[in-house]
Amino acid sequence: MTRTTDEIAAAVAADIPPGAFVNLGIGQPTTVAEHLPAGSGVVLHTENGMLGMGPAAYGDQVDPDLTNAGKLPVTQLPGASYFHHADSFAMMRGGHLDVCVLGAFQVSTSGDLANWHTDAPQSIPAVGGAMDLAIGAKQVFVMMSLFTNDGTPKLVPACTYPLTGIGCVNRVYTDLATFDIGPDGLTVRDTFGTTVDELRKRLGIPMHRAALPST
Amino acid sequence: MVLVCETPDDTVADVADGSTILVGGFGMAGMPVDLIDALIRQGAGDLTVVSNNAGNGDTGLAALLAKGRVRKMICSFPRQSDSWVFDGLYRSGRIELEVVPQGNLAERIRAAGAGIGAFFTPTGAGTPLADGKETRDIDGRTYVLEYPIKGDVALVGAYRADRAGNLVYRKTARNFGPVMATAATTVVAQVTEIVEAGLIDPENVVTPGIYVDRVVVP
Repeated sequence: MTRTTDEIAAAVAADIPPGAFVNLGIGQPTTVAEHLPAGSGVVLHTENGMLGMGPAAYGDQVDPDLTNAGKLPVTQLPGASYFHHADSFAMMRGGHLDVCVLGAFQVSTSGDLANWHTDAPQSIPAVGGAMDLAIGAKQVFVMMSLFTNDGTPKLVPACTYPLTGIGCVNRVYTDLATFDIGPDGLTVRDTFGTTVDELRKRLGIPMHRAALPST
Repeated sequence: MVLVCETPDDTVADVADGSTILVGGFGMAGMPVDLIDALIRQGAGDLTVVSNNAGNGDTGLAALLAKGRVRKMICSFPRQSDSWVFDGLYRSGRIELEVVPQGNLAERIRAAGAGIGAFFTPTGAGTPLADGKETRDIDGRTYVLEYPIKGDVALVGAYRADRAGNLVYRKTARNFGPVMATAATTVVAQVTEIVEAGLIDPENVVTPGIYVDRVVVP
């Protein structure tokens, strides 16, 4: 069976070390928070200026002065702190964040990331913090579907969309497999409803098989 | 010395056509809506506006854009679900856009306020946003040269001021306020209350009064 988006998020959460400082990108990566075990000690960073971000706010909890990077109302946890934008991005760029989780249009086999702009006519470029996150965190995890709706691979020899960062992605979680990107190239950690040989054929790129058993 | 103004209109009466305006806020959090409304009434045009976003809905920055007062936007994330005013202007070629990665935007403003002539940053290296920019390899990594962004005027939304011009902010509404407050010739803060000097604990001041020129409770 292939993995659902929820199962991908759970897999990412399971790989985040206890006590890590983590930034979850806007959209699907935000749902990783729901799968972090209670007592993990993971501290969430939101680039608009907060560490110790809590879950989404509802009803009486909603405070227009307390939002996440997606501008949605959130809550604060004990031990939270607030800081201005230059500090927020200094802690990112300065390598203080352990993990960031991002979505992607494309990832290349050398870890290049394209996730901010499609270059389509009439589209308006908007980058936000994507480029800062891509090069800042110690480890960059991407979660995405492995193919577009029309079957085009999103894990590619070289990105065709405009780049967000070069050689910055460490791991890619998809519906069909998890891949590590390292100096030796691409390694398949696990597969779901497919095989490594089938992935080689469909993606047309070289990849190693991890020593771990496939599920 | 900070000037405590009676109305938002008093704070922006002298803004000139062609000015560069730094506008605080991330979405609506920290957005100095009353100062922007005053700027709309004041009438200055041909403006360059520096802000994280390019307006939400039809109020605040979006209202200023809708009046055709802005020649150029410098921002990180113009396109949002409710940025129809900017989207329309951009698609019809009536506004210039410089997209800057969010951290570079904050740091370029910080550099202006801190007297830094330019700086090398890894953010954006190898991407279209670094096209044509000077780069340098330092310790095996490629960095891009970025220049400061200085404002003629900064409009920030803070929480509380004292009569010495010290500011504190509230939660994530802090965002660009403290950085922008260092980086413009004239700095205006909109706050919910102005208290006597001494009533903000000096240990808790976020923006020291030296940076702030005018404060107002709308």
